[in-house]
Amino acid sequence: MRHVISILLENESGALSRVAGLFSARGYNIESLTVAPTDDSTLSRMTIVTSGTDAVIEQIIKQLNKLVSVAKLSDLSEIDFIEREIMLIKVRAVDQGREEVKRLTDIFRGRILDVTDSSYVIEVTGDDYKLRAFVDALGADNILEVARSGATGIGRGEKSLKV
Amino acid sequence: MELSGGEVLMEALKEEGVEMVFGYPGGAVLHIYDALYQQNSVKHILVRHEQAATHAADGYARATGKPGVVLVTSGPGATNAVTGIATAFMDSVPMVVISGQVQSRFIGSDAFQEVDCVGITRPCVKHNFLVDSLENLASTIKQAFYVASTGRPGPVVIDIPKDFTTPGITVPFSYPKEVEMRSYSPPTQGHPGQIRKAVDIILSAKRPMVYSGGGVVLGNASEQLRTFVKSLGYPITQTLMGLGAYPASDKLNLGMLGMHGTYEANMAMHECDVLIAIGARFDDRVTGEVDSFCPHAKIVHVDIDPASISKNVAVDVPIVGNVSQVLEAMSEQISATEKRADPADLADWWAQIKGWASGNCMDYEASTTEIKPQSVVEALWRVTNGDAYITSDVGQHQMWAAQYYGFDKPNRWINSGGLGTMGFGLPAALGVQLAFPDEIVACVTGEASIQMCIQELSTCMQYGTPIKIINLNNRYMGMVRQWQEFSYEKRYSHSYMDALPDFVKLTESYGHVGMHIENPADVEGALKEAFALKDRLVFMNFVTDQTENVYPMIEAGKGHHEMRLNPARELA
Ligand SMILES: Cc1ncc(C[n+]2csc(CCOP(=O)(O)OP(=O)(O)O)c2C)c(N)n1
Ligand SMILES: [Mg+2]
Repeated sequence: MRHVISILLENESGALSRVAGLFSARGYNIESLTVAPTDDSTLSRMTIVTSGTDAVIEQIIKQLNKLVSVAKLSDLSEIDFIEREIMLIKVRAVDQGREEVKRLTDIFRGRILDVTDSSYVIEVTGDDYKLRAFVDALGADNILEVARSGATGIGRGEKSLKV
Repeated sequence: MELSGGEVLMEALKEEGVEMVFGYPGGAVLHIYDALYQQNSVKHILVRHEQAATHAADGYARATGKPGVVLVTSGPGATNAVTGIATAFMDSVPMVVISGQVQSRFIGSDAFQEVDCVGITRPCVKHNFLVDSLENLASTIKQAFYVASTGRPGPVVIDIPKDFTTPGITVPFSYPKEVEMRSYSPPTQGHPGQIRKAVDIILSAKRPMVYSGGGVVLGNASEQLRTFVKSLGYPITQTLMGLGAYPASDKLNLGMLGMHGTYEANMAMHECDVLIAIGARFDDRVTGEVDSFCPHAKIVHVDIDPASISKNVAVDVPIVGNVSQVLEAMSEQISATEKRADPADLADWWAQIKGWASGNCMDYEASTTEIKPQSVVEALWRVTNGDAYITSDVGQHQMWAAQYYGFDKPNRWINSGGLGTMGFGLPAALGVQLAFPDEIVACVTGEASIQMCIQELSTCMQYGTPIKIINLNNRYMGMVRQWQEFSYEKRYSHSYMDALPDFVKLTESYGHVGMHIENPADVEGALKEAFALKDRLVFMNFVTDQTENVYPMIEAGKGHHEMRLNPARELA
């Protein structure tokens, strides 16, 4: 099953490679990995999207917790959570296609950020499912370039991931 | 007190109670060596190769329970140390490795003797640090010792750029008393509810089995294990790493389990209905094929590392905690309750076990013409009253030492179980002997393994360590040859040791005593003679039966109940 894991990581050099190294050394899947600073300058927040059997996920979480650089961790998939990812996508936009792409962008609540005679750059935000749906709707033939940020996530409600 | 980085390091080591450091100098640690020279609380042991520094510190740590400390230079010094760091990591040995690094402003410039030491060692350390300032040096050292020696122990590397140890550049020194690490909190107490659940299952068993591992030795829980097992009267087996935690001579002990374990231990594993795993990690050399592992058993698993639990084998009652505390708590609960396993069930179970044991799986064919390696280990046990520290290398000799030297005490059997590092034995023995100058220390080795760190004979001369080296010389990489005999139709591809040195002359050239023994009748006498030389290192070259195999054996893909037994047993 697909899991979204949020990690508060000590903001120190090498911490990212400890996590990345763990995944490659133990042969765990990484679908996406994002990391950025938080409001607390001593911590970064990392979001890993991974998949595996329950036993594998249990091991991933235990092994992550074992890393001395990991301050706190939450398997968001175990709770009610929000997942978001941003996608920038460059598409061919000519003739009647221009209108059609514009309409699709509106449906997916996207924004057009750049316009030329023959192309648009569109920004769409959502979970993995929505982004893939948008890509499918545009059709492979029209797509020039895709840049996705990787997912980030946060639990709903008052309870929060804090050290 | 204003100190330079080199002096900070020396003071910190003193504060940590470090009595000796195993090391080798070089450019990036020259400042540190200068500080070392100007103090006399920390002794430095100059090895002949950085790999040996790590193995010696490792042997020291396994024998004493205190972290071993290593000091190496940048670049090749650090890379040479990696094998020993990985060895300590796999066996959870507390160790602090201090490596020099190029000056901080040169990092990343491919400077002379620069390697990314933190990067290279990352997968084989518990944690590592690249020191970022002279101001943070003392607190980093404090954290390193704390991480290395608490929880599930392991090696920690501290990489120190040369400019942070420059003489004359100083900081006010105060060594932190406490460590505060929000992202590291090793577990201590087992969960009381889990302990209650476990005791209930343990006391309801019909065919119980205790399986203990290296965690009991590392966790200093041998006494607690003995009390626990004796109060129950249950059979116990140990892993290669756990030997000695429970006395080999006790009647409840079925010996080692796993690939070269006893028939009775492995059969009891296969047939038990409750398995009590203590400080063991279900390694593949222990479980055999996991699909047929303990098929009838409910499993209780006590371990300090949550990640060890249900990693290879799913368990029913996990208890995360310090093994000695959990064993004590379980023993308390057992004495507080009337409930016991049904004595009739237990008697039946023991009768079944005695049946398996009656096959005497450890018997081997005696010979009057060739030295049987097993007989050398048995004689070694007699000559040392079973009370020596035994280190070993990797191969058949290691298994024979484990099988035939009955260890009654913990911390006496010192071998590279997890990584299986040839070359470990001699430097490890050096570390043990330096820790305990008055104890008997022997290294059981093979002619291939010993050559991987043979240069340490020189270190042994320098520090006068009277180690006894028992070389079971079969002129083969015996363990490799055995696998080739069983699985590759005797195609002995590159497992033959040709062009061997004259070990007696070689030893003598280092200034030690060499002995050559090829007659079975001479074995015991030679050992007595060697051990009588209390102040000398003696290298005993035993020319042994060339094609003897290690039995019993579970071959790849087989379960505990499918052991291959010594075909010579019936002949004997
Ligand atoms: C550094 C290293 N290289 C290779 C091996 C693989 N290996 C395991 S046992 C063995 C042969 C050991 O031969 P020897 O030391 O003579 O011991 P014997 O098995 O003959 O008793 C080898 C090559 C290893 N364990 N370690
Ligand atoms: Mg050999």
